[in-house]
Amino acid sequence: MEPLEQICSRLLARFPGAEVSVLPNPGPAAQHSLLVGRASVREIAEFLRDDPLLRLDYCSNATGVDWPEKVIVDVTKVTTPDPAGGPPKVSEVKTERLQPGYLEVVYHLYSMELRHGPVVLRTRTVNRTDQASVPSLTPVWRSAEFQEREIFDLFGVVFEGHPDLRRILMWDGFKDHPMRRDYVEPEDYEWEPTPHGDLVEKAKRARPPVKGGEPVA
Amino acid sequence: MNPMPTITDEERSELRRHGILLTSVEELYNWGRSHSVWPLQFGLACCAIEMIAASMARFDIARFGSEVFRPSPRQADLLIVSGTVTKKMAPQVVRLWNQMAEPKYCIAMGACAISGGPFKRGYNVLKGIDRFVPVDIYIPGCPPRPEALLHGLMELQKKISGQSISGPEAPRHLRHDTSCEYPVPEFGDHDLVPPKNPEVWKVPESPPKD
Repeated sequence: MEPLEQICSRLLARFPGAEVSVLPNPGPAAQHSLLVGRASVREIAEFLRDDPLLRLDYCSNATGVDWPEKVIVDVTKVTTPDPAGGPPKVSEVKTERLQPGYLEVVYHLYSMELRHGPVVLRTRTVNRTDQASVPSLTPVWRSAEFQEREIFDLFGVVFEGHPDLRRILMWDGFKDHPMRRDYVEPEDYEWEPTPHGDLVEKAKRARPPVKGGEPVA
Repeated sequence: MNPMPTITDEERSELRRHGILLTSVEELYNWGRSHSVWPLQFGLACCAIEMIAASMARFDIARFGSEVFRPSPRQADLLIVSGTVTKKMAPQVVRLWNQMAEPKYCIAMGACAISGGPFKRGYNVLKGIDRFVPVDIYIPGCPPRPEALLHGLMELQKKISGQSISGPEAPRHLRHDTSCEYPVPEFGDHDLVPPKNPEVWKVPESPPKD
């Protein structure tokens, strides 16, 4: 299979104006992925499936990643020349900026016909709350249907154009998205023979206080 | 409420050798009940595979009178909760239990049915079926071997044989002050509503600290 950079440049040539980039994986696996913007992911997916050199006809896996918002500290070095003529003073200026959170959907694509792969395709939502939607790729790869439903269920990503977007594991009236990092599980973990860590606090909350003292764990 | 025996067990077995059977109604009734416990044909996870193995030729649960796995709860006496009970499945399990006719018994088979097991800290798993259904026998294991299930069944038979048919110790179906209907939990916004049946399950006392 051609290298990912080449696929990326071909995509940019074919779809001018599309947001496509190679997202490097710094780990030892070095499995880099294609990061595609929401607006063009659908036509790019169709291209990846139909292109005679790629023929990525099999979506083996779709999954989600939750990236909560985080504070990033930028450190810039400021050099101020010493008016007395000594060596210039170097001071570090720290600026904090808030990186907004988003949800990411990851597709692993293989080619059954040409026997190569995987190509990892990623796309991201605008934020984690009111604009948590990406186009569905179920019309491109039918195998993504249940997995996109699972991502919708557990991460809360809304797939536009999905034929049957319902919860698949949890019940319909369930309000939370349990795989998000800020999920708070219900207080149904009252007892363990040897509670430890944060379980001690949970176990204490589940018990009435003994006479005049702390609840027993 | 056993009346004081007027003859000893040796005398009774001596009489039995001569073809005279002396027994009580309670003993006969419990003997009949305990040797034809029909389980519900119902499995939830990998423990069900061991339950199936227990019903096959190698282990042969028929030796204990329980080979008739009934596909309908109306005809079953024993609910073997064999496997992980997810919160999504829990109302159906309680509903099956309610549909079984008294006298009925429940075996929690395996770590998951007892406490949630390895999935105890998951958001989707009920932390023990005993939060909604009164459990008679707990069989530990992950999964328990068929021998363990058979042992559990024998313990259940012992329990049935020891029940008195009158008085305050009588089983549920012979009393009028207890209900045989258990509330079925509903799907709530974040958890089952209610998350447990306080009539059946209370937070256990903590183990004593050293």
